[in-house]
Amino acid sequence: MIRLLVGIIGLGVLITTALAADPVEIGIGYLGRAGVKPTLSLVELPAENDGIAGVRLAIEDNNTTGKFLNQRFALEEVRLKDGDDAAKAAVGLADRGVGFIIADLPADALLKAADAVRDRGTVLFNAGSIDDRLREEDCRANLIHTAPTRSMLADGLAQYLVWKQWKRWLLVTGSHDNDRLFAEALRRSATRFGAKIVQERVFEDTGGARRTDSGVTLIQRQMPVFTQSAPAYDVLVAADESEVFAPYLPYRTWDPRPVAGSAGLVPKSWDAAHDQWGAVQMQNRFLKLNSRRMTALDMQAWTAARMIGEAASRTNSGDPGKLLDFLKGPNFSIAAFKGQRLTLRDWNLQLRQPILLTDGRMVVSVSPQEGFLHQVSELDTLGVDRPETRCKLQ
Amino acid sequence: MKMEIALMRRHCLLFGMMVWLAGTLPASAFIAYVSNEKSNTVSVIDTDKWAVIKTIKVGQRPRGIEFTRDGKFVLVAVGDDDTIEMIDTATQQVVDKLPSGPDPELFVQDAAGKTLYVANENDNTVTIIDVERRVRVGDVQVGVEPEGMAISPDGKILINTSETTNMAHFIDTASRQIVANVLVDARPRFAEFKRDGSELWVSSEIGGTVSVIDPAKHAVTGKIEFAIPGMRKEAIQPVGISITADAKTAFIALGPANRVAVVDAASHQVTKYLLVGQRVWHMAFTPDEKYLLVTNGVSNDVSVIDVAALKVIKTIQVGELPWGITIAKQ
Repeated sequence: MIRLLVGIIGLGVLITTALAADPVEIGIGYLGRAGVKPTLSLVELPAENDGIAGVRLAIEDNNTTGKFLNQRFALEEVRLKDGDDAAKAAVGLADRGVGFIIADLPADALLKAADAVRDRGTVLFNAGSIDDRLREEDCRANLIHTAPTRSMLADGLAQYLVWKQWKRWLLVTGSHDNDRLFAEALRRSATRFGAKIVQERVFEDTGGARRTDSGVTLIQRQMPVFTQSAPAYDVLVAADESEVFAPYLPYRTWDPRPVAGSAGLVPKSWDAAHDQWGAVQMQNRFLKLNSRRMTALDMQAWTAARMIGEAASRTNSGDPGKLLDFLKGPNFSIAAFKGQRLTLRDWNLQLRQPILLTDGRMVVSVSPQEGFLHQVSELDTLGVDRPETRCKLQ
Repeated sequence: MKMEIALMRRHCLLFGMMVWLAGTLPASAFIAYVSNEKSNTVSVIDTDKWAVIKTIKVGQRPRGIEFTRDGKFVLVAVGDDDTIEMIDTATQQVVDKLPSGPDPELFVQDAAGKTLYVANENDNTVTIIDVERRVRVGDVQVGVEPEGMAISPDGKILINTSETTNMAHFIDTASRQIVANVLVDARPRFAEFKRDGSELWVSSEIGGTVSVIDPAKHAVTGKIEFAIPGMRKEAIQPVGISITADAKTAFIALGPANRVAVVDAASHQVTKYLLVGQRVWHMAFTPDEKYLLVTNGVSNDVSVIDVAALKVIKTIQVGELPWGITIAKQ
């Protein structure tokens, strides 16, 4: 017999057996890019279902809870090829009654999609883009961010490097726009937390194949030369989101120094090696469902779908407007295996979250680091804080 | 109900003679078993000496730990070995195991000690085990990541909390069907009834609250909240709960807040915070309720609280990452 919600007493919800009723259907759309971006390391090559695999697990989790509350969650996947219109795809989902869209899109496409369905009341979750501008000058009232920002990642890393007393950085930046943005975030972090960038270098992307048969021999000669004659430094910090050179740096620098940033010690929202705070259960569930390990994008997408589930169970509703109000309200928090509750920054709808620092095999540390204090939440020592924000939610 | 453990009698064979060891020791002599999550050991504490007298090797990742009702065994859930091991309290060695489901964490026994209910975190089930025959006799499907387990004093209702579903599931022990689901705050980890069955308390680790539930109405009737000056809200993570037999005072472990809250169990008001070790997990009273022992997961020790004085009187070093604790008469 299907259980029907019959009353709410206090903050608790009472469920008893009642006559069968149709479950509340809650549609979640996934809007992602077609194809995968190449990586320098073969083992880092993302799976085709990177991201959406996390949503699938969250929908299973939501449906397990939903069977006690008479709610059912369904997923619709849309993939955009180059040149496809994100706005049209979002409107298409809204037309088919989907009230929530979890997106892994570049910033411009994401904004187009959010604006196209704004009047339809559709709520979007940015699971993929780390661009700060989406939470600052380009923030949107119907766009929630579960991906961390570039500035949160940079701050998470910087706090650890400063705690470790590795305060002199050699900053090496790639020649693409996103590399420059990451370098900018790292400079800001250095200033905030008292690190010193002793010198900056740019690694020009001159094109060429990512994989060649005699690659290592050449790289082994290039990287020491590139990092030669640097002023005294403690750690090389690489800003190379485009993955052109950073993974080649560890063990190849002229001076024997650790590497951090885009290679070596990398700041992330999640890692397959993370096993604290109950995370091992999450990793096991994910592995069982998807036959592979869980990535940061999977986790960001899982968190988005779980936030929808959490809001639906707390409000006993599938209405996007009601759920968005709850998510923006003071009573929302989500458990996501990070050792503390995660909440939304109400000024820009960014999810507060600890940042993991990983070396590819293990989680080395989790920021915020001890001693970095804040008057509201220590998680707000990561990224752009309320007094500095340029976001005006409308 | 943990305090209702039957007198544990330890037979000791000396030169062919049976000696009642329990009769020769002072009345206050109790023995505590502490599971050390990282060391894969159980520390045995003598409460007369307030010292570890033995360390027992067990399986991987020991957490939930309880004396059997007859005191002959200590059961310990070793999650990474997907089983519950039985420690013979006479020989203090692992002698057998029980067929739990994958990744058992917490469990509870019925009053007779015949049936064991186990929360299996990995597959959303509660497993039912016949302790005498040591076989699995059934399963109940519950929410995502089942954890907290409690049984009503009349034995009719089994409670399971699911950490990601955020509910307390009420299971009829006779029919093994879920009869009610009560939504609580995020990541419910532990459930405890008052001895008279009038209230069920459920701690929410991430939500930072303890929900007080009316078991008859299946409704949350109150919430206990915590505020410690100078402590950020996120660090207050309630886990273990113990309520005195007279239902007057409750103790709630607050995890990384490194404190145990003392709560007036009638008014649900916090009256005091006791500073203990780091990441305090679970707790158990001595059978006379004079002392409460709590495990401190990060500082690798057990704090002893004088229940009447509401003071921490002692700290005992145990293994790495102590988690669960159970106490009975020697």
